Amino acid sequence: MLSLIPVLGALDPMALVRALPGNVSQGIIWGVMSIGVYLTFKILDFADLTVDGTMATGGAVTVMLILAGYHPVVAVLMAFLAGMMAGFITGVLHTVFGIPDILAGILTQIALYSVNLNITGGKANQAVSVDQYDLLVSLRYISKTILVTAILTIIIIAILYWFFGTEMGFTIRATGCNPNMSRAQGINTSVAKVIALVFSNGLVGLAGGLLAQYQGNCDVNMGRGAIVIGLASVIIGEVLGEAIFGNKLNFCGRLLFVVIGSIIYYIVISFVMWLGLPSIDMKMFSAIVVAIFLAVPYLKGKTKNSYRRAAKGGAK
Amino acid sequence: MLELRDIHKTFNIGTINEKKALDGVNLVLEEGDFVTVIGGNGAGKSTVLNAIAGVWPIDSGSILIDGENVTGLPEHKRARFLGRVFQDPMTGTTATMEIQENLALAARRGQRRGLSWGITRKEKKEYRELLAKLDLGLEDRMTSKVGLLSGGQRQALTLLMATLKRPKLLLLDEHTAALDPKTATKVLDLSEQIIAENHLTAMMVTHNMRDAIVHGNRLIMMNEGKIILDIKGEEKKKLTVEDLLKKFEEVSGEEFANDKALLG
Repeated sequence: MLSLIPVLGALDPMALVRALPGNVSQGIIWGVMSIGVYLTFKILDFADLTVDGTMATGGAVTVMLILAGYHPVVAVLMAFLAGMMAGFITGVLHTVFGIPDILAGILTQIALYSVNLNITGGKANQAVSVDQYDLLVSLRYISKTILVTAILTIIIIAILYWFFGTEMGFTIRATGCNPNMSRAQGINTSVAKVIALVFSNGLVGLAGGLLAQYQGNCDVNMGRGAIVIGLASVIIGEVLGEAIFGNKLNFCGRLLFVVIGSIIYYIVISFVMWLGLPSIDMKMFSAIVVAIFLAVPYLKGKTKNSYRRAAKGGAK
Repeated sequence: MLELRDIHKTFNIGTINEKKALDGVNLVLEEGDFVTVIGGNGAGKSTVLNAIAGVWPIDSGSILIDGENVTGLPEHKRARFLGRVFQDPMTGTTATMEIQENLALAARRGQRRGLSWGITRKEKKEYRELLAKLDLGLEDRMTSKVGLLSGGQRQALTLLMATLKRPKLLLLDEHTAALDPKTATKVLDLSEQIIAENHLTAMMVTHNMRDAIVHGNRLIMMNEGKIILDIKGEEKKKLTVEDLLKKFEEVSGEEFANDKALLG
């Protein structure tokens, strides 16, 4: 323990504080992606692995369009559309061809790797400089980035809140919870699934477009592990939101907490890197965090309801 | 109201689990008929209901509801004609949605669902009155998630949902089998009341012979995928459980081997 003190002493607490605005802006951008993951994972009950590919597709489309002279806003909207198309493919693979959800997502994701390289003209990454183009967001202008992404997030949450209150939104919520009942009530569950996947991946593509502008380039690997970050944000946000608001947490609140979860995720990441965890170990760290968060509710239930405990009770 | 013409269905064709589930079922229901369906395990009772509901396509034959041939329609399109309540109380409702939202889903059965509100203020008022009639206190819990309700409450809600938009045909698939006896009686009485008040045409599968005799104006018995007995009107009113057992042996040539049915 004593040997840790000089190590900690060598760390600069101010570095953490300085990193905070960057964490927040990055957190909000990934928060948009995490809202997409929330739609499929939580509402539709569909583990959609397409997102790892869609994120990079969004980035590639945005950067190539900006380089081709399109306005960054148009470029991001096209990233949204490209994401929707990716979600549509996964939806069709699942509903029309009967491929299980995880596999359908993986197939699209793998195919997107080639698609993304084709979009970028075969290059693994493409730079887009904030000096040459009037980008929406950039890590060089953090406060502008936070403002733009925060406003965008609020608009997205407002639209989703409205949408899931409509008849069509109801069909998606019902399909995710009880597909048999949904069909008995006349809902075409295949259509509902495809719609949810389309909007989810649209948001992920949009987030990919923002991230590429933020970091000044798109990379064919920029979406690797996106699903894990999305799940982490969804789960951290849910745990935190329910701890603070309990049952009063409504749909808007839940979506907001997904974004907050994403911000917290990036603050934690920057904290462990500050402690000295090499960046090459980051993905492992993320996977372990998500595994723990997914396991805790299950294990909690087990301790209340375990054979070992039953055996102890019986022995008394 | 309902016409089944020579319905055949075999599951797992060509495998070791091949099972002829429906073997030439013919049935005509008049408007207002309330038919109870009995038979041993695997006789094809629930299978007939699933065939009507379109859970899967039938192998041959045709299904007409109110004169319209629905044989080629998938499950979600046939829902326009049908109200359904299932054996498992978890099946008929959406646990993560509010009580009033579940009702709103049911109110739009058979309609195009677009971008207008999923539930309106006017509906909420109507649902409160309807729920109050159930006398389960649900009218004060309209915004509670259905997952918080008991099995009996969920089944009562499913029944209300199935009949909220008047169905051409109400299908009750052993909908009280998973409930405790007291709740089962309550839900059964409620079913009877709703069917009578709305003059619905209904089919009710049950394991309980006495329930099958007491309720409805017509009784059919199934065995090995066929309807082996069809009793209506005055004749049905005079039926006893013993009569039914005897008839079963006469028609099928075997003993009715089902303790659950006997105990009823």
